[in-house]
Amino acid sequence: MSNHNTTDKVSFGFWAYLMSDAVLFAGLFATYAVLQGQVFGGYGIGDIVDIPFVAVESVLLLASSFTIGLALLAARHGKRALALSALLITLALGLGFLGMEVHEFAALIGEGQGPDKSAFLSAFFTLLGTHGLHVALGSLWMVVLMAHIAFKGLTEGVLRKLTCLALFWHFLDVIWIFIFTIVYMLGAL
Amino acid sequence: MRALTHYIIGFALSLVLTLVPAAFVWLHTTGEHSPSMHVQLPWVLVIFALTQLLVQLYFFLHVGDEEKPRWNVMALCFAVFIAAVLVGGTLWIMQNLGHEQQAQLPFIENTISAEASND
Repeated sequence: MSNHNTTDKVSFGFWAYLMSDAVLFAGLFATYAVLQGQVFGGYGIGDIVDIPFVAVESVLLLASSFTIGLALLAARHGKRALALSALLITLALGLGFLGMEVHEFAALIGEGQGPDKSAFLSAFFTLLGTHGLHVALGSLWMVVLMAHIAFKGLTEGVLRKLTCLALFWHFLDVIWIFIFTIVYMLGAL
Repeated sequence: MRALTHYIIGFALSLVLTLVPAAFVWLHTTGEHSPSMHVQLPWVLVIFALTQLLVQLYFFLHVGDEEKPRWNVMALCFAVFIAAVLVGGTLWIMQNLGHEQQAQLPFIENTISAEASND
């Protein structure tokens, strides 16, 4: 490790954080799997799943993962305007995803099927809410980083932060794949 | 340029690997289906998800791109191991607990009714 520069060390440290975050999500998935059947007279997962809705949500998140990759590439080639516009698109897609999730949550709570209704709904809201919170914090980070790029330019430090943000965003995509399959697709059957 | 093609291929694959299982489930829940499909479809979905995971790890998270020693891959393997123990262990224990409870249920009911008749 002695010849590794700062960027390598930072990205490894950030990677270690992501791996621990993955373990946190594993705990939430295990909880969800155990409590899935405990509906206590409320909605089950079958009553919640709307396949076209979830498909659109997934496409938004996958597309945002692609555009942040483009932003990182543009930034590494010193194309500031291109990087900023790719980040702006990523942010819009991320916020679109969040909007859909908030809409889903609000609709459920409005129907009296909030997280206090049953053990299943608690686990559902916790798992999806934790993922959503990550997306929200990632979006905030993106806004700050866009200001950095706009005012400071593509310095080495900014590039390092952008590399970490891109890793974070792709990681959230990976977590979503598991939510998509375990919660929605297998739940709809 | 090579990196760009990498992202485009990854994006195209991830879209296919999401929309195809969604279409399967959509057809399954809205249309006619055979009982055998009910058994097979969950496995098909799991295979799609695992393929999707590999696509994401390779094309977007660039796992395996680093030089040796591959610390990132080692950390990933460790996290996967812990996650497997956590999820597998939880399901195993909770399922056993469920069986125990169900086995004890008639006994508990009998005890309660016996106590009630004694009073």
